[in-house]
Amino acid sequence: MKKNTPSERLINGIIKENPTFVLMLGMCPTLAITTSAINGIGMGLTTTVILAASNLMISLLRNFIPDSVRMPAYIVVVASFVTIVQMLLQGFIPFLYASLGIYIPLIVVNCIILGRAEAYASKNKPIPSLFDGIGMGLGFTLSITCIGAVRELIGAGSIFGRQILPLADAAAGKMGYEPVTIFILAPGAFFVLAFLSAIQNKFKLGAAKRGIDPSNPDCKGGCASCGNSMCSGKRG
Amino acid sequence: MKELLLIIVSSALVNNVVLSQFMGLCPFLGVSKTTDTAAGMGGAVIFVITLSSFVTSVIYKLILQPLDLTYLQTIVFILIIAALVQFVEMFLKKSMPSLYKALGVYLPLITTNCAVLGVALTNVQKDYNILEGTVNGFATAFGFSISIVLMAGIREKIAYNDIPESFQGFPTVLLTAGLMAIAFFGFSGLI
Repeated sequence: MKKNTPSERLINGIIKENPTFVLMLGMCPTLAITTSAINGIGMGLTTTVILAASNLMISLLRNFIPDSVRMPAYIVVVASFVTIVQMLLQGFIPFLYASLGIYIPLIVVNCIILGRAEAYASKNKPIPSLFDGIGMGLGFTLSITCIGAVRELIGAGSIFGRQILPLADAAAGKMGYEPVTIFILAPGAFFVLAFLSAIQNKFKLGAAKRGIDPSNPDCKGGCASCGNSMCSGKRG
Repeated sequence: MKELLLIIVSSALVNNVVLSQFMGLCPFLGVSKTTDTAAGMGGAVIFVITLSSFVTSVIYKLILQPLDLTYLQTIVFILIIAALVQFVEMFLKKSMPSLYKALGVYLPLITTNCAVLGVALTNVQKDYNILEGTVNGFATAFGFSISIVLMAGIREKIAYNDIPESFQGFPTVLLTAGLMAIAFFGFSGLI
């Protein structure tokens, strides 16, 4: 595939260089807000908007920003977009604003955004940079929604707030699923991510043994390494 | 005095910044290979967070609030932190070369440690005054140092264990962090 075309950038962000599973960037929001699938989507899309906007802006300004002050300049651009998005969320989607809380302003220090600004937007034309931002953002959204869905399913027996596994009710003597509450608390985040990255390692090791180039996008990244059968339909 | 003590216990142990708030995970996972480097990172973080939470509290209470500019907090805070880290680095290099050598490589990494910005924002959210904000900053950073040093100690021991191939490295570290988070739940009875 030709480099730097919009479609190549999208696929690169979602699968080949998936920010969460492959690059291991932006761990703080990944672990903190994935208590449910809906939080994951909300955080992912918020980050996508900011990433796309800041990539576009930084790419447009790339010839005006002096090299020596580029980091502060990038931070100001990103922080401005974060403030705008934060106000919009507060005004129009208050429930999401309440559930994401302090992690919205913390998007400023998400390594994915500054990383893409430095590695891609500062060197490339505006249109590919915009799509690079969208692709990376969607890759991030997809991964944290997967993690959120796994945690919500094990920890509460539901996905997107819909009860999938009928809960046990001891008082009524009804048999059912006993939720493992620890998975929606802090330690669960570490456990789920540990198993996801172990599964990814397994894929990589298997590919290396069979002599396949581990950078082959089919073997890793995105939901393909998520190991959750419910995500298989979303495979890029 | 009682409030301050409560803030210290709550920020350092009960709501540990890494294990229950998930801030500052990058250095926690990246710089915890040996106890020496972990202690160095912890020292640098205590220094910078205490200073930055003091400066951001002062600026928020004395400039942003009177002028009704509180919506600018994110932009102002991150710029203060970036400038402060740079300034601290230059100051240490010039006047305390031995401390600079010890903290050296960790200082620039701290700008992107979300715990620094997180503490500044928490201070605003909980409406702490300048003294409470600074104490909260110190206690949070202290909690970070405790957990990163503990983590490094565990990792030094784990290095000799026989771990399944696909669990080597990152997954084991995450599992360890999960178990530590469970252990830290024990502190929740303190307040």
